[in-house]
Amino acid sequence: MLRTTSTLVVAGAACALASWLFASSQFFALQASLVGVAVILAVSLNLINGITGQFSIGHGGFMGVGAYVGVVTSSLLTQFQLLPGAPQVVSDQLVLLIALATGGLAAGTMGFLVGLPSLRLKGDYLAIVTLGFGEIIRVAIQNTKEIASDELKLVQAQGIGAELAYRVTHLGRATGLSQIPQLTSFGMVWFWVFVVVMVTRRILGSPHGRALLAIREDEVAAEAMGVDTTGYKVRAFAVASFFAGVAGALFAHFQAIITPAQFDFVKSTEIVVFIVAGGLGSTSGAVVSAMALTLLPEVMRSLFGGFNVEQIRKPLFGLLLVVIMLTRPQGLFGTHELWDLGKRKKRPA
Amino acid sequence: MRNLTLAAFAALSLITLGCERKTPAVDPKPPEAKPVDAGVAAAPKQDDVILLGEVGSLTGPEAAFGISTKQGIELALAEANAAGGVKGKKLEVRVYDDQSKPEEAASAAARLITQDHIALLLGEVASSNSLAMAPKAQEAKVPMISPSSTNPAVTEVGDYIFRVCFIDPFQGYVMAKYARQDLKMSKAAILKDVKSAYSMGLADVFEKKFSELGGKVAGIESYSKGETDFRAQLTALKKLKVEGLYVPGYYNDVGLVARQAKELGLKVTMMGGDGWDSEKLFELGGAALDGSVVSNHYSAEDPSPQVQNFITKYKEKYGAVPDSLAALGYDAAMVGIEAMKRSTDLTGPSIRDALAQIRDFPGVAGTISINEKRDAVKPAVVLQIKNNKFNYVATVKP
Repeated sequence: MLRTTSTLVVAGAACALASWLFASSQFFALQASLVGVAVILAVSLNLINGITGQFSIGHGGFMGVGAYVGVVTSSLLTQFQLLPGAPQVVSDQLVLLIALATGGLAAGTMGFLVGLPSLRLKGDYLAIVTLGFGEIIRVAIQNTKEIASDELKLVQAQGIGAELAYRVTHLGRATGLSQIPQLTSFGMVWFWVFVVVMVTRRILGSPHGRALLAIREDEVAAEAMGVDTTGYKVRAFAVASFFAGVAGALFAHFQAIITPAQFDFVKSTEIVVFIVAGGLGSTSGAVVSAMALTLLPEVMRSLFGGFNVEQIRKPLFGLLLVVIMLTRPQGLFGTHELWDLGKRKKRPA
Repeated sequence: MRNLTLAAFAALSLITLGCERKTPAVDPKPPEAKPVDAGVAAAPKQDDVILLGEVGSLTGPEAAFGISTKQGIELALAEANAAGGVKGKKLEVRVYDDQSKPEEAASAAARLITQDHIALLLGEVASSNSLAMAPKAQEAKVPMISPSSTNPAVTEVGDYIFRVCFIDPFQGYVMAKYARQDLKMSKAAILKDVKSAYSMGLADVFEKKFSELGGKVAGIESYSKGETDFRAQLTALKKLKVEGLYVPGYYNDVGLVARQAKELGLKVTMMGGDGWDSEKLFELGGAALDGSVVSNHYSAEDPSPQVQNFITKYKEKYGAVPDSLAALGYDAAMVGIEAMKRSTDLTGPSIRDALAQIRDFPGVAGTISINEKRDAVKPAVVLQIKNNKFNYVATVKP
């Protein structure tokens, strides 16, 4: 416990320092945050798809739940001085942490509720349920209303309860929710990257993780050995959804605008692509491929930007994925981990 | 074991690939070296070139809009350069594709501002994408001009964000004025889409302005986007015996409304906004639309010499008649160039101040004055539909 706490403190300090150092480059900070969010999404989805061997394609939906819930929370809270006397930065970060927690918990609860009935299903059926969930979220948001600034002022005068009700029913339809307080620094994003990787590693090292692996390898055998398969699956699903929600809330707080189209089926597929390319079941694979594939479009922009052939980026991206999958069908890492690399090398010596 | 080495190698090479991009990003890091964070946009590197940035949808669902806008901007720059550029410097534009996605638009805007040190940011068409870009421009104090984002929230982001098109509700004003003063209509009704902020905004302003001018809005009926049967609403409106029906919706709804109104024997002049602007409208509505009038940004049939001159030049270069997005892209670049000419030095704040003072600038899509909300105050054109074609009939001034 002490070790965990101290690691977290060190990681937090390192991220805060990095944020401060690189704050001058808006572009670097934005890219680093986008990459961080992609990594959190990939690592958390890997917990379901790679480690537990289920197939979810609704991660974008959970991200959307986290994003919208997080924004509603932070929009409500930024009006108040939470810590009297504390500097603005501290109270902003506190608001952000609360927003991340509510966003994550809302997504986690959704994950639990969706998982409870559907994780009794296997394979393709689960994929369809999660796909449906993602679409429900998108369509639900598209059917809310847009915030009108004069209306909002009237509601704000009636107190926080009325404002909450107003904000929940006014999520901006297809146009999206804008004027989001920009509270996320990329240090905060990478702190959560660290947390999600650590949590996944700890889960894998525990009996809980062994049970998840057993379910992946052979569900019937696992059940015969007394593993409560549905229970373990639901828990893994809820944990992964929690982190997807946190990623969504982080994303919303540096993106300035969120629209339902950002969390649609395409987003979910993108995350699946990350983990398949990285190697299903490998956390380091998920990290590396999420980083690489998120940066790739920008790398290509650097390469082609001067020649006015921007349109070529999309086909090239697809081609590269095809090449990766043809040459390494098990993904870049297979099921191996970066941190196991050293151990294996030592053994023959 | 070999597999593992291979995997590690592949991973490493990918990481390097990633870093390759990161390195230039960290480049302007020493804050003393370049005053990026000092709130002043750095001047372009070469002394003889002013670099502008554009973010547009060159791919994705809105690609047609983005490409028109880009061509309009390029034409404006070519003209300005032929006329000697700005302060003796040539103008160049760097265009990044945002795949019609807000997060890509934000990345592209940040890249243009931090990496390419642009003097002025142009874009985007879709309001969602402009809203994603605007905070980046505002934070870095780089002026941004949106050619055709009509959502009022865009310029509310901050004092560095401008637009050269009118905002949504203005079209309601235009149509009310035209209906009352030119068509001498005294009794009208409204059929609005309650699920669309665009439709509601237009309808509200139309209702207010039409009554102000002495007309009577006899009835307001509503529908929700996606409905295909409007007979109940239309029957109710038929009883009111109105002369005009304002339907500020999108072409897919409007086509059906027109057809069903004709079936029910409703003889009214239908009126609408730029949401009608699509070839699809005629496939759905056909002859039932004849005689309807719509407001829009610009018409290629506008007889003014400036418009015709623009069309000739555009045709020469791209072989097509420019649509309203190309005209607005051209205007956005022209207004930006004018502001740079007027600015004292080419820093963000001085261009911003010059932009805020633009009055009566002769754009091809109307004369532009920037108001205190950084929105363009400008006339709209009214088009009449005849034989599946939009024909220019009038220009309505604000």
